Amino acid sequence: MTAIIDVKNLTMGYGSFVLQKNADFTVNKGDIFIIMGGSGCGKSSMLRILTGLLPPLSGKVFIDGTNIVTASADSLEKIRKKSGILYQSGALFSSMTLAENIALPLQQYSDYSAEEIREIAALKLSLVGLGGFDDFYPSEISGGMKKRAGLARALALDPEIVYFDEPSAGLDPISSRNLDDLIIEINRSLGTTIVVVTHELESIFAIGTNSIFLDAASKSILARGNPHDILKNPPNDEVLEFLTRGKKHAKE
Amino acid sequence: MNTAAKTDNNRPNITLHLDNQSLALRFEGNFKQFKSTETLQKIQNALKKKPQRLCFNAENLGTWDSSLLLIIFETIKQAKSQNIPFELNKLPKNIQDLIRLAFSVNRSPSAVIPDKMGFIEKIGYTTVQLYNKTTDVLHFCTQTLDGIGRLFTANTIMRKTDFLAALNECGPKALGIVSLISFLVGLILAFVGGVQLQEFGAQIYIASLVTIGMCRIMGAIMVGIIMAGRTGSSYAAALGTMQVNEELDALETMGLSRIDFLVLPRLLALIIAMPILTMLSDFMGMVGGAFIGVLMMGLPYQEYWRYAFDAFHLNNFLVGLFHSLCFGVIIAVCGCYQGIHCGRNSDSVGLATTRSVVCAIVWMIVATGIITVICQELDI
Repeated sequence: MTAIIDVKNLTMGYGSFVLQKNADFTVNKGDIFIIMGGSGCGKSSMLRILTGLLPPLSGKVFIDGTNIVTASADSLEKIRKKSGILYQSGALFSSMTLAENIALPLQQYSDYSAEEIREIAALKLSLVGLGGFDDFYPSEISGGMKKRAGLARALALDPEIVYFDEPSAGLDPISSRNLDDLIIEINRSLGTTIVVVTHELESIFAIGTNSIFLDAASKSILARGNPHDILKNPPNDEVLEFLTRGKKHAKE
Repeated sequence: MNTAAKTDNNRPNITLHLDNQSLALRFEGNFKQFKSTETLQKIQNALKKKPQRLCFNAENLGTWDSSLLLIIFETIKQAKSQNIPFELNKLPKNIQDLIRLAFSVNRSPSAVIPDKMGFIEKIGYTTVQLYNKTTDVLHFCTQTLDGIGRLFTANTIMRKTDFLAALNECGPKALGIVSLISFLVGLILAFVGGVQLQEFGAQIYIASLVTIGMCRIMGAIMVGIIMAGRTGSSYAAALGTMQVNEELDALETMGLSRIDFLVLPRLLALIIAMPILTMLSDFMGMVGGAFIGVLMMGLPYQEYWRYAFDAFHLNNFLVGLFHSLCFGVIIAVCGCYQGIHCGRNSDSVGLATTRSVVCAIVWMIVATGIITVICQELDI
């Protein structure tokens, strides 16, 4: 297994408030990697650091061999071309149609003609089950469809890594499950490495091949590995409680 | 008789029974929005006598709300702090559950609360904040200048549709309000000046007064203030909402320049629209002046316009247009800066909007002062 993301000795937070101390973990190519933990443990902040939106307090973050903490603007741009992100709300640009949203990174980073870009946008929308919705505006579609469209945009440049920030948030159970299936399908078909920030236990067990558990109290990683393996051998009660409460709910 | 008895029974009553062994609290009647301050004080005083245990009795308790829960909660809290054992078993089951729930939550804040700063620390902190803010604003301005430079080399991702939409928003759609306000300003200027000039029989100079005033500065300032409130605030709100919806993050992670994509179309639109709106404002102000001069002061219509055109100097007109150009840049930069640097909640959008208007108006006044001094020095 080759590492595509390598986080070393990372301390993150805001000003004097530390969220996580000396975090180390590796994401291998082709993984569906889950960053999980309770509210306020720094999951979303970790995602912002991995995507270069937030500088860490200290430590190194290697994406495909480049330390993005000290990388130049050009290097960072190259790294960003290799990655796509699906935000909680989809973060689609409301003044553009779905096709225009997807076309935006293609116009910026590819040499395709306008016609080719339009066709690629239509293809990406079809891949996420939104074929025919090219000319719809974000305000004209549902929350689940917005997430799918956001995913289509994240996939526009055929990225090596796709990050998901709370993909199930605000979705009904069926839409949530469908999105999980889509994530698995993209991972299998395109070989894309997926990093998902979530605390939805159903999603964690359904899609995760590898994971870390962030803890707010100790400001450290309490568990790492396949979520099913962590459940079989939980390192402590806190992790067990987090993982089993969801199972109880699932049974109910 | 029966009813009265019932009313008495329903009146909330708390009995404190303190002996050497225990403090017993007995609740009777209906507790609805019960004023608990006095009772809590009494309980506090009783607990200070360090009873061996605390118990509750609620056999004759009727209906109740949070006011009763508060009394029980505060009493237990104090008993706990004094290590006095307490019994809940004579309270109704639902009250017991709620009290347990209230104490099950970890009440210590998880975030670090910063220590209060001393005077010297405050000065240092404010200085650092000011320095950071200044460098941030300067960075934004240089990025914008860089974006304008790239615009001339056609090396920008600014979308024509965004530019045209922004131009439509701050141009044609602002014509009505600019015309109305400018007409009224011209009217007021003429009326205030006319009353004074009439005393000397010089009311014909209303035309000169209004023309010079509007063309030189008033037209540009009125358009500036209208556009700061109308367009600058809408820029801040639009970009602030994009920040809240993570659209700005999406742009950044796609490697797309916020300046090219969001700031340049709005800035260019205002740079083009402001001088045109100012020309309209100048004219509408003169029309407002004519309204007063001709209809109220009895000046001949043709005479008014002859004096107005005589007072019209190209220098004044161009100075007014230069003001408007500067105001356009200020409004766009303030609006976009505040929007892009907005926080991540809905309150921040309102704050960014307010700041954009205040900031734009302050900087417009500063710019007016600077331009006036320069014009004075250059004898324009």
